Amino acid sequence: MNPVSSKKTPFTFDSIEPESGLKSALGKSRADIIAEISASGLRGRGGAGFPTGTKWNLAAAAKVKAGGNKYVVCNADEGEPGTFKDRVILLEHADLVFEGMTIGALAVGAKLGILYLRGEYVYMRPHLDAVLQRRRHQKLLGTAIAGREGFDFDIQIHMGAGAYVCGEETALIESLEGCRGEPRNRPPFPVDTGFDGQPTIVNNVETLAWAACILSRSAHWFKSIGTDKSAGYKLFSVSGDCREPGVYEFPLGISVAELLQKVGGEGAKAVQVGGASGHCIPASEFSRRIAFEDISTGGSIIVFGPGRDMLEVAKNFMEFFVEESCGQCTPCRVGNAKLLEGVGLLERGECSMQYVQELLGLSETMQLASKCGLGQSSPNAFVSIVKHFKDEIMGRTLVH
Amino acid sequence: MPVLQELQRNHATISDFAMQVIADELGIHPAEVYGVTSFYAFLRQESRGRFVFRLCQTVSCDLAGKSRVACQLENDLGIGFGETTADGRFSLEWASCLGMCDQGPALLVNDRIFTRVTPERVHEIIDECKRTFGAHARQAAHA
Ligand code: SF4
Ligand code: FES
Repeated sequence: MNPVSSKKTPFTFDSIEPESGLKSALGKSRADIIAEISASGLRGRGGAGFPTGTKWNLAAAAKVKAGGNKYVVCNADEGEPGTFKDRVILLEHADLVFEGMTIGALAVGAKLGILYLRGEYVYMRPHLDAVLQRRRHQKLLGTAIAGREGFDFDIQIHMGAGAYVCGEETALIESLEGCRGEPRNRPPFPVDTGFDGQPTIVNNVETLAWAACILSRSAHWFKSIGTDKSAGYKLFSVSGDCREPGVYEFPLGISVAELLQKVGGEGAKAVQVGGASGHCIPASEFSRRIAFEDISTGGSIIVFGPGRDMLEVAKNFMEFFVEESCGQCTPCRVGNAKLLEGVGLLERGECSMQYVQELLGLSETMQLASKCGLGQSSPNAFVSIVKHFKDEIMGRTLVH
Repeated sequence: MPVLQELQRNHATISDFAMQVIADELGIHPAEVYGVTSFYAFLRQESRGRFVFRLCQTVSCDLAGKSRVACQLENDLGIGFGETTADGRFSLEWASCLGMCDQGPALLVNDRIFTRVTPERVHEIIDECKRTFGAHARQAAHA
């Protein structure tokens, strides 16, 4: 499908023996599977970084409401600007993702899995359907999986329809239920009251693939990579001004400078880590590390070369949020529009320092008072660009 | 939602009448169906062309030169963003990140993704659509 492969380094996923993770899980009790995941230190790879073992444990302990079942949902709604690793994983390692879902189902006792695929990726659907069909033939899905009586699990694909906010897990569930994808108030959390009101685990594509690897190779192996609080490898989607954009596997804890060197982005002026909702890191801070304890990320790395206009960048991010805010709560709906307006003033060189301060104040309100992650993180890029590039964005005279 | 997506695939648009029918069938209020339809970028009430061009407007594609591609699309199709050609063949829209950021600018034409689009290639892509459209029309005439 892709004329050029995005893959720039080998992935650990390439070297995992197919179904070895599931095989090992079948030899363990449910509690032991979850203990293994917890011990590995695996944290959600979508960006939020919630410990996966904890999530599974809560869902395993939650009670099913009358006549229902638990669910495993794979979040393949990667819409964070600059993120495309899940596309590569789904095209090249779909089996590993489905294996991870199956292990999750075994661990929490779910009967049905749903892959929520973003609308933009509809072209992958035939491939994924074919993989699922083959797994059913191989007895890796369906009733009595791998010959184990009572272990019944199947996976369906549900198409999204173009809404960034659906990457948020409660919005995703709303969308699965056929509603507008508006985030819910939490608690209750999906692990307790998720899809159809039942306990549901929602995990990112990459997280599930790693879960399968951990069962195959051991928690100890995973834990030995990365840093203290950020175990393991992570896939990075790298784009922008560098010689070799694409998907890379690096251990967590890598510094921005090291990463730039690997992707041919030396000499960059700034790097946006974590997509539109992430932070803009100026060259003076390139020694910082990409890990949950420093700059955390879902894996989006956008490199800005020396010639880039950072105000343009801020504008593009704000336009994105104005478009993608679900509009449910005021700080996010109105705040993003205000910030975009402010960028317009800056562009025309008509913005006083005092107004910039007010906008920063507004940003803080948005970070605190918005209901979901979208609103809470939407001012990040603006704030970090204003902070680090004041000299560049203030006092402009209109050029064009 | 799958109902709406299927409808959109077959009819390119979701009309008021269709939303009413769906609401009746599901025993819900039409306003709920409307709420869902209007929420998602990929579901649309207005009628759209046979080929919907969605150009990614997000950062990485912006860095990769999406503005010039946008300009060429407008020129070659003779319409602006958010519009449909008079013959109902083409619609032009913006999209948010399409997950092809390392190979931008990215353009989604119906379900097909084009990467590293250059102003020069825009013309080829449109031509190709015109050819397949001809084939579709002939098939329909035979059916
Ligand atoms: S923060 Fe924004 S996206 Fe989230 S619920 Fe509020 S309006 Fe919707
Ligand atoms: S920014 Fe255009 S595809 Fe991601």
